[in-house]
Amino acid sequence: MTLSSSPGTAAGKPEPSRSMLARLRDSDIWHSFTRSWITMIAALVTFILIVSAIFAHQIAPNDPFNLASLSLLDGGKPPFWSPDGAWRFPLGTDQQGRCVLSSILFGMRISLIVGFLGVVLAAVIGITLGLVSGYLGGTVDSVIMRIADVQLTFPAILIALLIDGTMRALVGTARSEVLVFWVLVVSIGLSFWVQYARTVRGSTMVERNKEYVQAARLIGLGRITILFRHVLPNVIGPVLVIVTINMALAIITEATLSFLGVGLPPTEPSLGTLIRIGNEFLFSGEWWVVIFPGLTLAALVLAINLLGDWLRDALNPKLR
Amino acid sequence: MISKRRLFAFAAGVALVAGACLGAAPASAQQTLRWAFQGNLNTLDPYGINETTTLGLQGNVYEGLTKRDKELKIIPGLAERWEVLDNGLRWRFYLRKGVKFHNGNDFNADDVVFSAQRVVANNSQLTSRLSGDPEFVKVDDFTVDVKLKSPNPILHYAWDTWYIMDKEWTEANNAQIPPAPQATTPGFATINTNGTGPFRVTEHQLGVRTVFEKNPNWWGKVEHNLDRVIFTPITSAPTRVAALLSGEVDVIDPVPLQDVPRINASANARVLEGPEVRTIYLSFDQMRPELTASSVKGKNPFKDVRVRKAFYQAVDIEAIRRQVMRGAAVPAASLISPLFFPQISEIKRHPFDLAAANKLLDDAGYPRVGGADGVRFEVDLDCPNDRYVNDGPICQAVTAMLARVGIKINLQAVPRAAFFAKINSPIYNTPFYLLGWTPGTGDAHNVLIDLMHTRKPDGSGGRGQFNNGGYSNARVDALTDLVLVEGDIAKRDAMILEAFKLLHEDVGYIPLHQQALAWGTGKNVELVQRADNQPLFYWVTKK
Amino acid sequence: MLAFILRRIGQAILVLLTVALISFSLFRFVGDPTQQMTSQDTTLEERLQIRKNLGLDDPVVVQFARFIGNAARFDFGVSYQNRQPVAKLIGDRFPATMELAFASAMFALLVGIPMGVYAGLKPNSWLARLFQTVSLVGISLPTFLIGILLIFIFSVSFGLLPSFGRQGVINLGFWSTGFLTWEGIRSLILPSITLGLFQMTLIMRLVRSEMMEVLRTDYVKFAKARGLTPRAVNYRHALKNTLIPVITITGLQLGSIIAFAIITETVFQWPGMGLMFLQAVQTVDIPIMSAYLLLVATLFVLINLIVDLLYALVDPRIRLSGKAA
Repeated sequence: MTLSSSPGTAAGKPEPSRSMLARLRDSDIWHSFTRSWITMIAALVTFILIVSAIFAHQIAPNDPFNLASLSLLDGGKPPFWSPDGAWRFPLGTDQQGRCVLSSILFGMRISLIVGFLGVVLAAVIGITLGLVSGYLGGTVDSVIMRIADVQLTFPAILIALLIDGTMRALVGTARSEVLVFWVLVVSIGLSFWVQYARTVRGSTMVERNKEYVQAARLIGLGRITILFRHVLPNVIGPVLVIVTINMALAIITEATLSFLGVGLPPTEPSLGTLIRIGNEFLFSGEWWVVIFPGLTLAALVLAINLLGDWLRDALNPKLR
Repeated sequence: MISKRRLFAFAAGVALVAGACLGAAPASAQQTLRWAFQGNLNTLDPYGINETTTLGLQGNVYEGLTKRDKELKIIPGLAERWEVLDNGLRWRFYLRKGVKFHNGNDFNADDVVFSAQRVVANNSQLTSRLSGDPEFVKVDDFTVDVKLKSPNPILHYAWDTWYIMDKEWTEANNAQIPPAPQATTPGFATINTNGTGPFRVTEHQLGVRTVFEKNPNWWGKVEHNLDRVIFTPITSAPTRVAALLSGEVDVIDPVPLQDVPRINASANARVLEGPEVRTIYLSFDQMRPELTASSVKGKNPFKDVRVRKAFYQAVDIEAIRRQVMRGAAVPAASLISPLFFPQISEIKRHPFDLAAANKLLDDAGYPRVGGADGVRFEVDLDCPNDRYVNDGPICQAVTAMLARVGIKINLQAVPRAAFFAKINSPIYNTPFYLLGWTPGTGDAHNVLIDLMHTRKPDGSGGRGQFNNGGYSNARVDALTDLVLVEGDIAKRDAMILEAFKLLHEDVGYIPLHQQALAWGTGKNVELVQRADNQPLFYWVTKK
Repeated sequence: MLAFILRRIGQAILVLLTVALISFSLFRFVGDPTQQMTSQDTTLEERLQIRKNLGLDDPVVVQFARFIGNAARFDFGVSYQNRQPVAKLIGDRFPATMELAFASAMFALLVGIPMGVYAGLKPNSWLARLFQTVSLVGISLPTFLIGILLIFIFSVSFGLLPSFGRQGVINLGFWSTGFLTWEGIRSLILPSITLGLFQMTLIMRLVRSEMMEVLRTDYVKFAKARGLTPRAVNYRHALKNTLIPVITITGLQLGSIIAFAIITETVFQWPGMGLMFLQAVQTVDIPIMSAYLLLVATLFVLINLIVDLLYALVDPRIRLSGKAA
């Protein structure tokens, strides 16, 4: 929704044709990373959050998705440092007796998985179309880019809501968690692909005329081989920046949809669902139900955004 | 960067706008009550939906032949008085003279006869108001006879919410038949009103606001001091509370239970709590050969009383009362409040007992699949999330409780408009649902006829119209008929109790509780909170 | 030039037709119009008659043409849930959304540009760093969280501003406005900040980096060398060059402001189109969804078209290559 406008995302500003790995090894980048303590903190926070989400099963003190283990009588407990708190529920419980810390860990896991799969889907669609569009040019290019134009006019939230509404009409209002999960992934995938397509197209158009591509063509390699084996590695750099920042956007999108009530249900909450539930208790003194998930979401997105920002500046020599 | 001249022009513009505001100010110096409810007012058609809040709101605009006073006692409404003739087979209603509808039309016997036809017409959701097929005969302009096939001592009990419509107005606007819940043709009466009541609707923007203005020509004694009432739906509970605390609205309905202490501690608002007569319950589809949304195929597990009882005994009602309802509920053993039928206290709830529930399910032939924590079967639970006090959380709690006995509930919590369209007549598309019921008549017989009597197979209204699960017991049906004509109170009560006992043994329903009423009001507002939870503006005074 | 304009208009029409097709499919195939008009006891003959009356037996192309014809006359059928004409429902709520979008765009521009200019001119000052941090936080906090926070702080804790709804609305007949009363403006403040914050940070970041790039260009260096005052250089030359992309982006972002209004309207119970659309999604009210989609697409396409044409007027190079940003 925003990246097309962000300056220096390198659309049409192709990077030198060195491989990504080579660039990462570049001492400049490493230097800029070690020099910026904010970036290092962001990387650390991202790392910790992702690892704790991956190992949620091992870390979480309780299993919030095992409904059979919940007891209403544990409901509404404050965090451990309050007089009524208990160590069993370090960050307290919600009304249904669910451990807030465990819900956050599991919820973040869902948010990350949805975001990740959505971004991967968007990247796959976008890179493929971008490569094809940039390499072939002509009518194919026009058609794909016009579709991209149409698509770009629709923000992710709107697309996701439309897909969700359509699914409800087709499958009925009865919804299973699995269905909702994939609806979210597809919604995110379908709304974010344009930036990849545009960026990759721009770079591909430049690479197309380089000698190595012409050489590959001369020795008779197929188009697909040329595109994915030879061109792709050289245009992937900017894509990495988009992936990072898109990840943050995807997580926000998922959280927003869940907050609006069309995302994951309260029985299998993501971070957005948790905030939605907690929001009901904002004024009643049970602040921990909304504050902790909210902070986690903000920290996660902020950290990823900081990384993306740094990565973009680091890869854009003009701003260095 | 801005030149002085432009700055001046801007200032002049501001002054103009400010002037416009001042000009508009005096008009709003009247007494306005702002009422926020958690859901939309979906229809203004008095026969469009049988739901307390909607009927209550409509009751400020429309009136029935009878009304109910602050203690729910029946008092004369559009009928000044009535008498029972021919051994109870004929009732004569003497209509109030000089009453005018809001458009100036006179109220007379033709309107009553017309309304009697319309309320039982196709798509009407209030057909039960005229049960037993009574015949309406106009005697003269202000006298109507109602002829019955068998005596019915409580004929008029629910008529306070059977509102009389203007025949000429309804016909002129082609609204003789209420639109179906699923219809796409707009009904004129759905968005326009013409009643006889103390307020008239001057603006109705669905989902935004509905404005009621005082009817200066009302026939009754005015007990309120309002000029306008602005009804606004505010779905989000915290927003509703914030609006009350900051004085942006005067009444909120309902108060989220967790916010009661905070509101009472505030300087300008308080919570009015009282017992409510509505019973909240769960029920199952016991009629279809196969459930509409379940993993069990080829048969309906809820046809087996053991499964129903297992569900019942798996629900820890005490935990729901304490944690979800924060004490503001009275667990119920049957479908009627003791306030209406004291003898109901003889029935005691089946005890909460996980072991018993597990055993019942094993016996019924639904073993856990895949070990001691396995799932027996899956089924949807349909639940509104903006209708009753904490309805969503109650359903979540039930979902967790049933998980403990190996039932996986797929919770479908949706806004009430979608919910009612799905689970109510004629489609009854639900295997398992949560609902609340207030007997419109204030009498136990209403529960028998609406919730317990066998319903028609085609779902077309009439008896058992709100028996959404299709519970059926021939003896209960027979008792429903007997109670209707029984004149002896003691015998009648005994028969009613027998029916409720049968229902209890059959576990046709899982009664949960009678919720407490909790409205939040500004401290400058005095109002009457009737136990049926109707939002009635005509007893409100605002300082 | 004319060829360019015609081509852009042609493209816009094509885009609209595509969206109309999606919207039509939604209306016609996802939501079965007869299903909603019949009950269980409708006989087969009656059903067939209804189908015929609705023209559902005609070829799909004819039906599509009819759909577009109806849409052009703002006839989108009747809402399933509310049983009112969709056009009326949307018409009632259109002003609320547009005023909110306008107010938040103003907020984003009036706050975002000065912040960006400052941060671009003095990138290493502490204030610029603060702006940069604030903008990152603004981008990282989801809109709904910002809304909740604002309500909590300004409505509940301090009781300064209304927490919900659109108040002090004056009906002008064709348009209802909240701009004319103090009450109306007060109730606009929190929602428009919530909605505009994201765009504001975006604009701020854009202006900052554009400023930094422009200040590096030769002609600015040359202007400095000519001895012009820093003030003149910064504002007359640098800022002016920055503003073209900023205005383009703002124009394009108006579309997403309208879409993001869905969230803000939900949090603040703002009676606009977005809130209605969300309720329609939840209750599967297909006619409203389909009409909203078409309406929003039309708005987006129109805005895009205007931005493109303006851009072409300003920058002749685009005309020649025939490509817009």
